[in-house]
Amino acid sequence: MIGYVIRRLLLAIPTVLAMLTMVFVLVRLVPGDAAVAMLGDRASAATLQTLRAQLGLDQPIAVQYVRFLTDMLSGDFGRSMTSGRTVLEEVALVLPYTLELAAAAMLIGTCLGIPLGVVAAVRRNRWPDYVSRVLSLIGLSFPGFVSGILMLLAFAVWLQWLPVMSRASTDPISHLRNLALPALNLGLIMTAYIARVTRSSMLDVMGEDYIRTARAKGVRPTKLILRHALGNALIPIVTVVGLYFGTLIGNSVLTEIVFTRPGLGKLILGALQSRDYTLLQGLMVVFATFVILVNTATDIIYALVDPRVSYAS
Amino acid sequence: MTVFAISSSMPERQSNPVLAALRRNRFSWIGIGLLALIVLLAIFAPMIAPYDPIKQNILHRLTPPAADFWFGTDSYGRDVLSRLLYGARISLSIGFLAVLIAMVVGSALGILAGYIGGVFDQVVMGIVDVMLSFPTLLLGLMIAAMLGASFENLIIAIAITETAPFARVARAPTIAMKRRDFVEAGRSLGFTPLRIMRLHILPNILSDIVVVASLWMASAIRTEASLAFIGLGVLPPTATWGGMIREGFDNILSAWWLVVFPSLAILLTVLALNILGDALRDAIDPKTRNQA
Repeated sequence: MIGYVIRRLLLAIPTVLAMLTMVFVLVRLVPGDAAVAMLGDRASAATLQTLRAQLGLDQPIAVQYVRFLTDMLSGDFGRSMTSGRTVLEEVALVLPYTLELAAAAMLIGTCLGIPLGVVAAVRRNRWPDYVSRVLSLIGLSFPGFVSGILMLLAFAVWLQWLPVMSRASTDPISHLRNLALPALNLGLIMTAYIARVTRSSMLDVMGEDYIRTARAKGVRPTKLILRHALGNALIPIVTVVGLYFGTLIGNSVLTEIVFTRPGLGKLILGALQSRDYTLLQGLMVVFATFVILVNTATDIIYALVDPRVSYAS
Repeated sequence: MTVFAISSSMPERQSNPVLAALRRNRFSWIGIGLLALIVLLAIFAPMIAPYDPIKQNILHRLTPPAADFWFGTDSYGRDVLSRLLYGARISLSIGFLAVLIAMVVGSALGILAGYIGGVFDQVVMGIVDVMLSFPTLLLGLMIAAMLGASFENLIIAIAITETAPFARVARAPTIAMKRRDFVEAGRSLGFTPLRIMRLHILPNILSDIVVVASLWMASAIRTEASLAFIGLGVLPPTATWGGMIREGFDNILSAWWLVVFPSLAILLTVLALNILGDALRDAIDPKTRNQA
């Protein structure tokens, strides 16, 4: 068991190395080079040369690669060209906002999505199932910013129930009001996804022999569904939701931009607009590492809770 | 891919259960009809569009929807309906071409990896796993930012983000196919590996790939719109749905039509593709085939 966990963790190392290599290659895809891309075509040769030296672009590619790897692996993700802060400092500044949003969305998604999926599976091919499936298909089709904008129009502009722009505030009530729309937006997309996964996972489990046995033994329907079926259906749900993490990040970036919330989304947008490629590169590495860690953790949790997974191979 | 384990005793995929299931599933026709309508509107945009999509007319700026301008005009006085129709061409062609490239490259990699196996398989699938660890939007954003946003570069950026899933989907059934009798027979007759992969394996796994393609085209269109919204779309004044929302967002308090109509266009297109993809998947998955 512990051997499996260690093996799975070791397996993440080549993945991280390959990811770093890919980011390195990506950044060197820039036509011309990063220095020209950052300063623009009209920069003088001397300025370009200085920046190249600063970025290490004047070194041979192999030297650049080794230096890049050692920097990244020692936790030095680079420094923002505009603010002068390190990438980790930049991320740490805005991470609480994004985590708060993601957690609220996850809460909404779980509380709505799992019941919706269970009902759909239990009432399969009847109207609750159709309603739930149509709703989740619509939810999955929304790009995060489109649903955000429509909600902004409906609740903030037309109904005027909630503020249009999020502002930092120490008052807990207004803080929650600021969080409500972005969290609801991201949460409803999560709901659509979780409902869908729950439905198919529940349908798989409900077809198993032990459910039939339990039913034959006279277990009450509620207990049968909640204890016997949902309990086991949760395992694949957790895995799939873990794998969804990357998409969640993408959608939260868009949501933050729509609701002008501080967070990783705004950080990325800023880096993009100021052509801060070192920050962008650092952010890519941080994000991808995050996703790799979450995927690894998901695999391990899956193995821990599902006795059928063999640790041998 | 349980499909192949189960169907190993009945190789007649050719009798086309897909069409039969689509015929039974009435819901899927909503998707097909909607998609056909959008494609036709895009193709015939120059004939249908009431105005020039990039011609500015300051006199008519920010006109609400009315008889002259069904969907209103934007802050440059351009007709929103005409821009939507032309924008459909950009969204659909970027989505289609990106998925086509991803499908060809990804499936080729997946089939090769599955068929050759060994170290080659491990290396390819290792790279695929890494690609999957980048959030799609961020990877697309990074590549588009590096290459510079243009029609061709957006296709490349989105194609790169979507190659990995196709490799995954093509590899698993290839491994299952490799052990089937007819492939063994071909090998013992001295067919080249390329011929076996092209004529014996590809046709048998094509339906799985096509299902994934329709779902990923939905995703490609979503990514294109998202990138355009962030500011990495085909450059103005070309009309793109995401770009229209980006421009309209500044006037969201006074001119709702600038964001609502392009939003609906994106939503309906992605929804149509998702409905179609779902129906196709149900049709070829034996677990759900008889339940639709």
